[in-house]
Amino acid sequence: MTLSVEEARRIWTAVCPVRDIPMSGGVAALLAGEVQVAIFRLPGDECHALSNLDPFSNAAVLARGIVGDVGGTPVVSSPIYTQRFDLRTGECLDDNTVRVTTYPVRVADGVVYVGSP
Amino acid sequence: MTTPRTLVVAGHGMVAHRLVEAVRAADTGDAWRIVVLAEEPRPAYDRVGLTSYVDGWDPAKLALPGADYAGDEQVELRLGDPVARIDRERRVVRTRAGFEQGYDALVLATGSRPFVPPVKGHDLPGVFVYRTIEDLDAIRAAAGKTGRGRRAALVIGGGLLGLEAAKALRDMGLSPHVVEMGPRLMPLQVDEGGGGLLRRLITALDVTVHTGTSTEAIEKDGERLFVRLGNGTELDLDLVVFSAGIRPRDDLARESGLEVGARGGIAVDLSCRTADENVYAIGECAAVDGRVYGIVAPGYAMAEVVAAQLTGGEATFPEPDTSTKLKLMGVDVASFGDAHAVTEGSLEVVFNDAVAGSYKKLVVSDDSRTLLGGVLVGDASEYNTLRALVGRRLPADPGSILAPAGGGAAVGVDALPDAALICSCNGVSKGAITHSVTEDGCDSVAKIKACTRAGTSCGSCVPMLGKLLSACGVEQSKSLCEHFTQSRAELFEIIRATRISRFSEVISRHGKGTGCAICKPVVASILATLGNGHILGGEQATLQDTNDKFLANMQRNGTYSVVPRIPGGEITPEKLLVIAQVAVEFKLYTKITGGQRIDLFGATVDQLPDIWRRLVDAGFESGHAYGKALRTVKSCVGSTWCRYGVQDSVGLAIELELRYRGLRSPHKIKSGVSGCARECAEARSKDFGIIATENGWNLYVGGNGGMIPRHAELLASDLDTETLVRIIDRFLMFYVRTADRLQRTAPWIEEMDGGLDHLRAVIVDDSLGICEDLEAAMAKHVENYADEWRGVLEDPAKLARFSSFVNAPGTPDPNISFRTEREQNVPLLLGIPEVVER
Repeated sequence: MTLSVEEARRIWTAVCPVRDIPMSGGVAALLAGEVQVAIFRLPGDECHALSNLDPFSNAAVLARGIVGDVGGTPVVSSPIYTQRFDLRTGECLDDNTVRVTTYPVRVADGVVYVGSP
Repeated sequence: MTTPRTLVVAGHGMVAHRLVEAVRAADTGDAWRIVVLAEEPRPAYDRVGLTSYVDGWDPAKLALPGADYAGDEQVELRLGDPVARIDRERRVVRTRAGFEQGYDALVLATGSRPFVPPVKGHDLPGVFVYRTIEDLDAIRAAAGKTGRGRRAALVIGGGLLGLEAAKALRDMGLSPHVVEMGPRLMPLQVDEGGGGLLRRLITALDVTVHTGTSTEAIEKDGERLFVRLGNGTELDLDLVVFSAGIRPRDDLARESGLEVGARGGIAVDLSCRTADENVYAIGECAAVDGRVYGIVAPGYAMAEVVAAQLTGGEATFPEPDTSTKLKLMGVDVASFGDAHAVTEGSLEVVFNDAVAGSYKKLVVSDDSRTLLGGVLVGDASEYNTLRALVGRRLPADPGSILAPAGGGAAVGVDALPDAALICSCNGVSKGAITHSVTEDGCDSVAKIKACTRAGTSCGSCVPMLGKLLSACGVEQSKSLCEHFTQSRAELFEIIRATRISRFSEVISRHGKGTGCAICKPVVASILATLGNGHILGGEQATLQDTNDKFLANMQRNGTYSVVPRIPGGEITPEKLLVIAQVAVEFKLYTKITGGQRIDLFGATVDQLPDIWRRLVDAGFESGHAYGKALRTVKSCVGSTWCRYGVQDSVGLAIELELRYRGLRSPHKIKSGVSGCARECAEARSKDFGIIATENGWNLYVGGNGGMIPRHAELLASDLDTETLVRIIDRFLMFYVRTADRLQRTAPWIEEMDGGLDHLRAVIVDDSLGICEDLEAAMAKHVENYADEWRGVLEDPAKLARFSSFVNAPGTPDPNISFRTEREQNVPLLLGIPEVVER
């Protein structure tokens, strides 16, 4: 049975213990329906999830990018052509017409959960 | 359209070429057909840079752009057939081969010939002059003959050209002597004080200087030449080079009844015209208003003057700029304006720092307000600014201008008026340069050079271009990124001195924010060079670029390519079989690389450790194809097999590749070793290239393929293997410590103050006293090297990162698929990402 996003209650998928994500780094996770997300961990166990798919190359690689900041905004740089994406909004800082999907994340009892968008 | 008139140019040197260029640029209606009749067998080349020919013996490097006039129907260049006679009556020239060519205008640009004083023995075999590529080839052939011990040569004449010749001889591995009749070296350019220091600096560079004495006789005894000097000194030599000045080649004018100057030279007026209104003379063969000029800038000015007249304009020869600046073996020498204070009432202000090795003199007007000229030896960094100020009011007291940096009122570019000439070779003023920046949008030195031609001839004004850019508000910041105001070299020194080993500490103490994709890999690279364990150890893993993070090269579909090290390109059939088996098993696309190894494409993240395990078990290790690190040392097959090889190039390539493998650096480093001068390994396109000689190895540095190809230049010759390795150790470590991020060795050397000569002084002559430290750092690197692939395979924590998905490690990336092309797997590229819509 398929539910549209609007119809469904938000589904949370347990992904991994938060310590499995390197500090100031990312990992890739697979959600239902072959959806790939990149989950990033910042100091204070603040986590963010974006689509893992880099819209400029169509390769599923954003989790492998370098995490940093642009004027205080947390970003990941695509490892293919280095465009930077805001970890909180998915906006591309180098091309404001492009945005990647973001996913809600929560950390409970040391486990990271990713919600449907 | 009218029938074009014919311009005949007799001679094709730098000045003649400038004339043709200038006429063609202005003659938009093709009113002139130009016939150039040249004596030499090749088009005009950069004779000013002749000495650099010794770095590689490649005539193409001296070529002047466009000097063959390819594609220009209006210009006909005839090589090897000079004008032999002029019939002014009929307006026809006759060439040596007997052809006749009519002219409407004739420009004599026959240059000059070396002056050889009638010393006894001046015509013996082994005695040379120094003017053309062919002269240098002849000197090289003579210098290359094997003899006893270090070969010695004498340069007769201690002027500018004589010192150039001494440098060339030193670069050829000879021990040079210089004899100068005058009381000091470069007597025309420098004064007594400057000459004294110059002598001391040049002597320290292994050149024996004899001043105030003449050459009495040259005698031959078997293969040796014995020279007796006026002061009684006897020298035992392999060859002798005359560099005792030049004489204008004015024979054509004399024979055709044109007037010549009192001291030679074809007499012309300020419009460079002879008494015959259809005949002009330019360059070193001309005596403008009675004076002959032996340097290129006034020659260029004459060419422009004649071109302007031929194309309908008017021009007269301007007050010539006879300023000179050169850097010989790392020693700056400059003189400008009235260097010898001949102006009535002029005052000389001298600053002589014997310890630092610098001598500076300014010649000023009697009220010490107006700059008239000066001499700089040892440190000519202020040359461009001061030269441009000649004839103008000084912005400060001359004494304070000469005081050492920091204490004095340095003269900035701001003090220069717009009319001040910055590039005297091409006559570009400060105003023209600032206009190119502010109006034409030039925001880099390279763009200014392309737009204005400033800095494209001798290059000595290039530092000024940078300063003018800054003065126009164009920032050329050295800041690494928004998180660090320091340059990469500065960060290297900070981390080396403080021994900080964590990025978080580096940025909290010396930067701001959390870092980015620029500064994180830079710090990671510095930490790796300084030896902080495996590059994926602890916090370092998240600093690495994706290639370093996964020890493989990411390709466009998110898969990786794997390159095992094949040192020197030598591999056993058994190992080739292993590579083939791995490729078959993991369905990898295989390709031979330019660096003589094999690239395996299409591996997914989770496959990487399995592939490495197979390779490591068979004795392979990481080839660092992914790193800003040493890549390969390419080799030809060398003396083991080759009929022509003179040294074991494969053996050396393997030794070097194994020595420097894993060295993290500002950019990738490539090398090559050729077993003979045929250069099959293309070593001169590498960051450091080695070419075998009969006596050892020649080391070339700063070569580059890539977007801006560049041949490596000779750093040192005929080295034994131990010395060679020691110098490469120093070279690489000095590069690693001081280059900018992503700066290959070619631009690193180019931007270095003092260029290759400075580099040679630092790493060959140890002028900074740091060589021991550089060698120790390299020894530490060699000692601590460990294979990075094995390091992952042996550590479960690192291995765990090589999974496709943190929550589904066994599932392959569903986004990756392949199609077949020429019987191999290649990426199937997907269209618009679907995930966004889901």
